[in-house]
Parts: sequence; C-alpha cells; structure tokens
Amino acid sequence: MAGLREAGERSPVGEAAVAPALKRARALRALREAGEKAMNALFLLCGLVAVAFVLIISVYLIISGIPAIRQVGFANFFFGTDWDPANKSGNPAYGILPMILTSIYGTAGAIVIGVPIGFLMAVFLSKVARPGPAAVIREVVDLLAGIPSVVYGLVGMMVLVPGIRQLFGLPAGDSLLAAVIVLAVMILPSIISVSETALDAVPKEYEEASLALGATELETYFRVSAPAAKSGIAAAVVLGVGRAIGEAMAILMVAGNVANLPGLLKSVKFLTTAIAGEMSYAGGLHRQALFSIGLVLFLFIMLINALLRLFLKKSGKEGN
Amino acid sequence: MCDSHTEKSVIRSEKLNLYYGENHALKDVSLDIPAHRISALIGPSGCGKSTFLKTLNRMNDLVPGVRIEGQVLYKGQDIYGKDVDVTGLRKEIGMVFQKANPFPMSIYDNIAYGPRTHGIRSRARLDEIVERSLRDAAIWDEVKDRLNKSALGLSGGQQQRICIARALAVEPQVLLMDESTSALDPISTSKIEELAMELKNRYTVIMVTHNMQQALRISDYTAFFLLGELVEFGDTQTIFSRPAHKRTEAYITGRFG
Amino acid sequence: MEEKNLSISRGLSSRRRAYDLGMRALLYSSALLVCALLVLLMGYILFKGIPHLSWQFLSSEESVIKGIEGILPALINTLYVVIATLIIVLPLGVGSAIYLTEYAANKKLVSAIEFATETLSGMPSIIFALVGVMVFCQFMSLGTSLLAGAFSLVMMTLPTIIRTTQESLKTVPQSYREGSLALGGGKWHMVRTVVLPSSVDGIVTGCILAVGRIVGESAVLMFTAGMGMRLAKYGDTPVEFFESLFDSSGATLTVALYNYAKERADFNSAFAVAVVLLVIAFLINIAAKLTGKKLKKR
Repeated sequence: MAGLREAGERSPVGEAAVAPALKRARALRALREAGEKAMNALFLLCGLVAVAFVLIISVYLIISGIPAIRQVGFANFFFGTDWDPANKSGNPAYGILPMILTSIYGTAGAIVIGVPIGFLMAVFLSKVARPGPAAVIREVVDLLAGIPSVVYGLVGMMVLVPGIRQLFGLPAGDSLLAAVIVLAVMILPSIISVSETALDAVPKEYEEASLALGATELETYFRVSAPAAKSGIAAAVVLGVGRAIGEAMAILMVAGNVANLPGLLKSVKFLTTAIAGEMSYAGGLHRQALFSIGLVLFLFIMLINALLRLFLKKSGKEGN
Repeated sequence: MCDSHTEKSVIRSEKLNLYYGENHALKDVSLDIPAHRISALIGPSGCGKSTFLKTLNRMNDLVPGVRIEGQVLYKGQDIYGKDVDVTGLRKEIGMVFQKANPFPMSIYDNIAYGPRTHGIRSRARLDEIVERSLRDAAIWDEVKDRLNKSALGLSGGQQQRICIARALAVEPQVLLMDESTSALDPISTSKIEELAMELKNRYTVIMVTHNMQQALRISDYTAFFLLGELVEFGDTQTIFSRPAHKRTEAYITGRFG
Repeated sequence: MEEKNLSISRGLSSRRRAYDLGMRALLYSSALLVCALLVLLMGYILFKGIPHLSWQFLSSEESVIKGIEGILPALINTLYVVIATLIIVLPLGVGSAIYLTEYAANKKLVSAIEFATETLSGMPSIIFALVGVMVFCQFMSLGTSLLAGAFSLVMMTLPTIIRTTQESLKTVPQSYREGSLALGGGKWHMVRTVVLPSSVDGIVTGCILAVGRIVGESAVLMFTAGMGMRLAKYGDTPVEFFESLFDSSGATLTVALYNYAKERADFNSAFAVAVVLLVIAFLINIAAKLTGKKLKKR
C-alpha cells in the first residue's frame, strides 16, 4: 500500500492509470482507520466501566442515603442511641450511634487480635521459616482466605456462640466477642500476605548491618526489618480494618443483632449487619435509613481506602 | 614470609579453606594480621579477598551451603570453635560494608542501635557514646544539629561515615572495611582514608580494596589474593616495590585485573 | 597470650537470651496457631458435614412431601450466576485492561480508572448489595433475579479481571508489539494477534479468582438474586438460558447455607453445604495456583 502511494506521487504522468487502485487503497485505509478508531473507542468504553460503577455507587448511595438523615435529623441519626424502627407504639427511633460504635469496637477488637498474630506469622514466613514449611503455611493461609464468610459464620454459630454462653454463663452467646473472634480470623490472611510482602522487600543490607553489630537474628527482624517495613505493615493493618468493617454475613450469624451500645458480651448490631439483617423486610423510612447506613459505611470505606493508598505509596518508596 | 611476625598479631588464620557448595573459594589461607595497623587485601574480582574478610566476623555463616575448614584465631581463640558466641565476636570485630547501609532511622538511633542491642539503656550513656562515635568517625560537626533526622537524608560519603560511627559505637577491637569507598566520590574517599589512618591508633583495620593506589597510600601491610589463594603478604612498601612473586608483580603493574 | 578471650565466648546476656527465646516462641506459636486453626476448622466442618452429604442431597430438590433435603437448585443457581457474571465481566475487564496497557495516552484518565478499580476492590459486598438492589433490581426493573445478581457481581469482580489481565499484558515483551506494528498491521491487529493470545493465562487466572469470589459471596446474592430454594425453570438453549436468567431467582450455595443455618436451624444441611463450599474453595485454590505459576514462569 505504501509502495502504491509512492508510485502515485512520484509519477504524476501515470496517475490516470493508477487512479482506481489508488482510490481503492485510500478507501481501504480510511476504512481501517475508522476501524481503529472504533476499537479505540470500544476499549475506552470498557475502561470507563469501572469509573462508571464507582460513580453509580456514589451517586445512588448519596441520593438514597440523604433523605432519611434529613427526615430523622442529623443529630438524631448520628448521635441517637436508640434504633427501633418497628416501634409498636408508633414512635420509631433511628439513632445509629450503637451501630457506629459497634462497628468501630468490633473492628478494633479484630485488629487487636488479628494484627499481632498476622504480623508474627508474616515475620515467621518471611524471615525464619525454611522454604518448604513456608510454602505449606502459605497454602494454609490461602485456603483460609478462600473460605466463604457464611462458613465462618456457621462455625462461629455452632462453636463460638455456645462456647461463650457456657464460659460466661450467659443466657445467649451471640455477642460482640463472638463477632470479634470471627472477624479476627477472617482478616488474618490479608494481614499476613501484605505484611509478608513488605517484610520481603526490606533490603538485605539493613539486616546484614544489624547482624554485623552483634545483634541476633530475632533482634534484627524485630528491631530493624519490621521498622523498615512499617508502611507496608501499616497498609496491612488498614486493609484489615477495611475488611473487618465491611464484613456482614459472618457476623450477622454470631452477633445477635440487637442494637445495643457495644459491650463485649452483649448482643450487638453492626452497620453492615443492620443492612444485611433488615433489608429484606424494611419499608418506608426504615428502608431509607438502611440506605443512609450504607452511605455512612461507604464514607468509612472511602476514608480507609485513602489511608491504604497513602501507606502503599509510602511502602513502595521504602522498597526502593 | 614477612616481617609482620615481629608485630603483635590480633587475628590469625590457619589453613583456612572455604567452600560455597562445590566451589572452593578459599584455599589454605594462612595469614597473621598485626594489631593497630591497616592491612589491605587486594586482588582481582572473585579472588576471595571479600570472602576472607567475611570469615573474620563470621558473616559467611549467613550464606547457605557454606563450609569452612581450618582455623581463624582471634586473640588466640578459634572463632569457629564451639563455645564462641557469634554476637560477641561481631561486637569485637566490626564491619563497614561496600554500600553505605544506614538503617532507615534517625542518625541518633543508627549509632545507638548497637549499644542498645548490647544492653545499654541509660540515655546519658547513649548520648555520650553517640557523640564519641560520631566524633571518632569525623562526622560529628556535620550532623550534631540533626541527630534526630533520618540518616537516609545524608550524602553517600556522610552515610558511610555514619556506618563507621555505628560500627565504632559498640567498641570493637577490629574494623573490617569491605571496599567501603568504592561507591564514593574522591573527596569522600579521601576523608574516609584519613579517618582509617586515625582509627588504626586504637583499632586494627582490615580493608578490602580494588584500588591499589588506596592500598599503597594508607595501608601498612598488604595481602595479595588470587583465585582463592593468598599469594603474598607483607609490608606494603615492599609488596609494591619488590614483590616476591611474579603474579603479584603482574597484578600491581596492571597486567591483569 | 593464649588465654581464653571472654568477650567472644561469654554468650548472650540472660536478658537477650530471654528476648530471643521469647520471640522465637511467639513466632512458632503463631504459625502453629494459624495452622491448627485451619486444621480444626476444616476437620470440624468435614466431621459435621460429610455424614449428611449424599448423592440425593446433591442431586435433588427439597420436598416437604417426600421429606428430603436437596441442594440441586442452589448448585444450578450458583453455576448460572457464575456463568452469567463471567460472560458480562470478561469482555469489560479484558477490554479495560487492554485500554490501560495498550491504548491509554491520557495519564489523568488512566489514574481515574485505576483509582476506580482500587475503590471497587476495597468496597464491601454489602454496598454492592445495596446498590445492586437499587440499580439492577429496581431501576433496571430486573427484579430479584439471577441476572440482577450477576450484574451486581460484575461490579465486584471487575477489578480482579482487570488486574490479572493487566499483569499478564505487562509480561508481553515490547519488541513483540513493535514487531507487529512494524509490519503495518495497525494497533487492533497487533492487539488481536500478539497481545491477546499472550494474555490468556492472566485472563484464566482472573476467571478462576472471580469464580472463587462469586461462589463465596452471599450478601450481594441474598438481596439481588433471591433466597428461594426451589428449582427454577432453566432453558436448554442459550437463548432460553438468558431468558431464564431474567425471571428465575433463587439461592446460591452460600445463601442456601445461610438459610439452613439461620432461618431453618437445619444445621446438618448447613454443614453439608459447607463441605461442598470447602471442596469448591479448595479446587479453586489449586487451579489458581496452577495457572498463576504458569503466568509467573513467563
């Protein structure tokens, strides 16, 4: 095709003879360019789907989340301690403070239990374990990550809840404590794998310098390697927070679902479990209030995502 | 073999053989390193000089599949013996690496890391050690106002002197320097060379270098390694002016390298 | 001169030895704890579930009259949702990855897309459930149906497909691309003949991971795809397949498990479903490892 064009340009004398072929070539090229443009546009559209989804999620949550907050009143909604949408005497209350606090306490509890274990596990995998056992343990962690949350919920229901009831002599074992334990187990895999990646990226030179000063290997791992990987480990913690605060089904099965102010052995309702537990029957303002809870959860998650991005960026820099 | 016998020795290797798996990296190296002198280890890349250096503080232990035969005596005691505590050994025999590797912490914490590791908790003691070490490493004046800033913010030459200060902070007897100036500019290099000459009054310095001018400038003794063997060890002036072996002469006159 | 040198043979101070021992004990016990956790968890579920797992349970519909439990509908629903979701998400995800690695010139747009992808991957499933209900069930009037469920899951699995495809696209050497372009084939030709074929491994890995997430998902499907436990009508031809997606709704395996455990207190059936889910999770894990390894080799 290029040859044709050159021939055409070089010998204007022969233009008449070449013209039809030239025309056809031009048409072909135009067609092809149009095709290229179409494909480009098509791929661009695909690329924009993710952006569109995020926009749809944000817009829908804001539109459907705001009315109930307005109607209930900002202060009543966020600081009200009563959640009683189905009040029989016709005085429904829509205060979500118990749920906000429960979500925060529950997440904090899961972090307090899950992070130390996950971190130690990551140090073990990254620094201490020999390659064979480490590979086996990584498989174990991956398997834990692949277990569906309802399965965790089921085991929690059948083992943790009766256990807590007996241990503390309660009428029912459904409690914040049960939820915290389930969440701690569920966030372990992500904490382990993100911390391990961060620890693996610590330059060997730091560890050599520490050993050459007469530190033992364990002193080196905890006093040099771990501080050097702190942003990555922080990212692991934040990721764990995001996972814990967003989990619904597993804790719906073990938390008891009464909107109490949080207490370790009390039956509680999380932001997520309020939605998951009441969505199927709620109507009117109650349903709208659930969307408002969704909006609150969404804002929490966006905040956590921003933090996560920050730490991951920092940790990427440290890796260099 | 050399006049180092008249000096007091601090480290002596006897028929030292080292294998990385199948690779015989050090062959029958016997070497007597005099105290309070600078000894330079020279030789072409892969000749074993760095490997030898790392046997002296047992950093080679970290390499998987390494096997060591023979003895390294530090003040008469075999450092590969059963009752030796590696952490104690490495406290006595400090090391400065090829690439400056300060920890990603403040300058103060970098220097205090070693003493803290070895059990010093008192803030006043630590302050004193940090200042002394930084002064000894000739960098106190440059960093005294920014001790709490990250050590990674310093220039390459400054970072290397921080690493020297960090090594000095645990009060070693011997300082191993593994091509510690090879990544630095000439000005930083000469500062570290001056520093090394200062340090030999109180420490024994053993340095691996690629730079023969450097060995000639600052070392008292020079060991020439080739293919895992110690070819020659002796007074630096003698080695460079009247080498006993043809191979040494060939190397220092630049015929291979 | 030959006296023993105390400083190198004294050993660690008791304090340091205690630290060393203590930390080592902590490391090993955390590893032991996590492994024990998995073993106990698996063992407990298998122990409780296997006795109630039978061919009849897997292959029949529940019937009060006959007095039998069966999860065939849940199995079929799960399969339907998996297939429908993949059919929708694959072109979108692969196309998006191709745009990001091959076409995109506008840096701002790329970072917007990457931001959106990250945001989606960090979004909890209950949010997808809410939005799915609003957008697909109500606004697009799909009602509570497998298709609405599949659409909602597309939002959830899109980041996975994009990421794995992108990773495998990045392994295609630049010289291949240049070689193809130099032949004058045009960009689409290059993508079709050079880029896409070499990204197959990544796409397959993405699919496997997405299947894992879909099978394990419950919150989204509970609200968008329904909780019915009865056999819906499924077609024999592809057209009927899609038609039935619109008007059939029902519980997938995870939702069925939730139903058994929470609504009916039929724990035997719940554990039997849990065993099925574990087996699927295990198989997906192995499959992902195998394809992932293949991807890494390149």
